[in-house]
Amino acid sequence: MYAFNYHKPATVAEAATLAGKHADGKLLAGGMTLLPTMKQRLASPSDIIDLSKLGDLRGIEVKDGVVTIKALTRHVTVANSAEVKKAIPALAELAGMIGDPAVRNRGTIGGSVANNDPAADYPAACLALGATIHTNKRSIPADDFFVGLFETALGEGEIITSISFPVPDKANYQKFRNPASRYAIVGVFVAKKGADVSVAVTGAGDSGVFRQKDFEAALKSNFSAAALDGKSQSAAGLNSDIHADAEYRAHLIGVMAKRAVAAAK
Amino acid sequence: MPTVSMTVNGKPVTGEVDSRTLLVQFLRETLRMTGTHVGCDTSQCGCCVVHIDGDAVKSCTTLALSCEGAKVTTIEGLANGDQLHPMQEAFRENHGLQCGFCTPGMIMTAVELVGRKGHNLDEKTIREELEGNLCRCTGYHNIVKAIAAGAQAMGAKA
Ligand SMILES: Cc1cc2nc3c(=O)[nH]c(=O)nc-3n(C[C@H](O)[C@H](O)[C@H](O)COP(=O)(O)OP(=O)(O)OC[C@H]3O[C@@H](n4cnc5c(N)ncnc54)[C@H](O)[C@@H]3O)c2cc1C
Ligand code: FES
Ligand code: FES
Repeated sequence: MYAFNYHKPATVAEAATLAGKHADGKLLAGGMTLLPTMKQRLASPSDIIDLSKLGDLRGIEVKDGVVTIKALTRHVTVANSAEVKKAIPALAELAGMIGDPAVRNRGTIGGSVANNDPAADYPAACLALGATIHTNKRSIPADDFFVGLFETALGEGEIITSISFPVPDKANYQKFRNPASRYAIVGVFVAKKGADVSVAVTGAGDSGVFRQKDFEAALKSNFSAAALDGKSQSAAGLNSDIHADAEYRAHLIGVMAKRAVAAAK
Repeated sequence: MPTVSMTVNGKPVTGEVDSRTLLVQFLRETLRMTGTHVGCDTSQCGCCVVHIDGDAVKSCTTLALSCEGAKVTTIEGLANGDQLHPMQEAFRENHGLQCGFCTPGMIMTAVELVGRKGHNLDEKTIREELEGNLCRCTGYHNIVKAIAAGAQAMGAKA
């Protein structure tokens, strides 16, 4: 790891000032992605702005049909939250499938969403549920937030403060995980709200998480696994790597989508 | 150099660290407590698991400076003098280790697991919860047995 200056601000405003002042600095949340990256010298921030003291960025609120999760809320808290389990069980299940218990004890929703790893789980939930990402500056709809591989709409030093998820009628997340890294080889999140159906796919796209609009159209007229019979995902634009080639991922997307529809509740 | 203060196994400690110092380096190199191991250094293997304020975490993926004011428990903090902690005793009894390199992390993970999920742990739960702890020797079978027995023993003691 390269040397850096360490800061531990006490307020979001102070964190934002520090982030503004140190253009080559990085915010540190759970550190479950940033620290391994720094250890491999793939990142060399001049300054680390540790958010761990910002208690007002932790917590979950369910109000008026919206689940709002503050940015520093850890995966373990979301997975075990009685409120989340009741309002959006698929979201709690997703949080419980991230990494391993020690990763879930540190990793945060804000860090996961800001990082936008193409194999991360939360981005799929954000897209399928039509979440809004709130920052210290503005609110960004999920459809505009995830821009590309590890790329988001966040500006320099912009801090995610919370993420709000409208409660769907039904939803489910199915993940085919890489047994070694525990990340998704393919993950499909399906959500139904009124006449609207969203299908978001992670782990597969060569520019990160995406919505499968063909599947959405088929499910809008008939929300059942059978509605996806004969529908297929093209392998164009999907990743091929040592874990799975694009054709295999394309096939998995269909299988996981059907399972998610069948299990949605 | 910045200094950091925390409580390790009930004792207040303070040390000078580089900002880059990882919690595991602080424990092993500054405090010379070498029970916590580094297996992979890439956040995968769980050999370095310690408790921070009661949560099992990978100390190779935590900055020492982030632990200012925290209560840290390591494998050295479990036994009561010469008397092993029930989970340690269960690993001994059930032959839950061979080389022993992964054992500190396994035990720290197991003790936190019992805190979260109670004393009656089935095999499936234990295997799922060990997702982040790798062992190169045992094939896990006796580790799973040891954790089930240790969980029971921790309940009997309480
Ligand atoms: C062994 C292992 C297995 C894992 N498995 C999975 C898995 O199966 N699925 C999965 O989805 N993830 C997985 N992860 C990643 C994990 O979920 C991380 O917790 C997450 O990606 C990053 O969250 P963090 O809080 O640790 O962020 P950090 O590592 O602290 O930060 C990540 C990035 O986000 C930025 N950031 C953090 N917080 C904010 C904020 N509030 N506003 C703006 N920017 C911010 C940081 O500057 C940094 O660039 C795994 C990690 C490990 C080590
Ligand atoms: S040494 Fe920390 S997880 Fe392997
Ligand atoms: S006993 Fe040797 S690595 Fe587990």
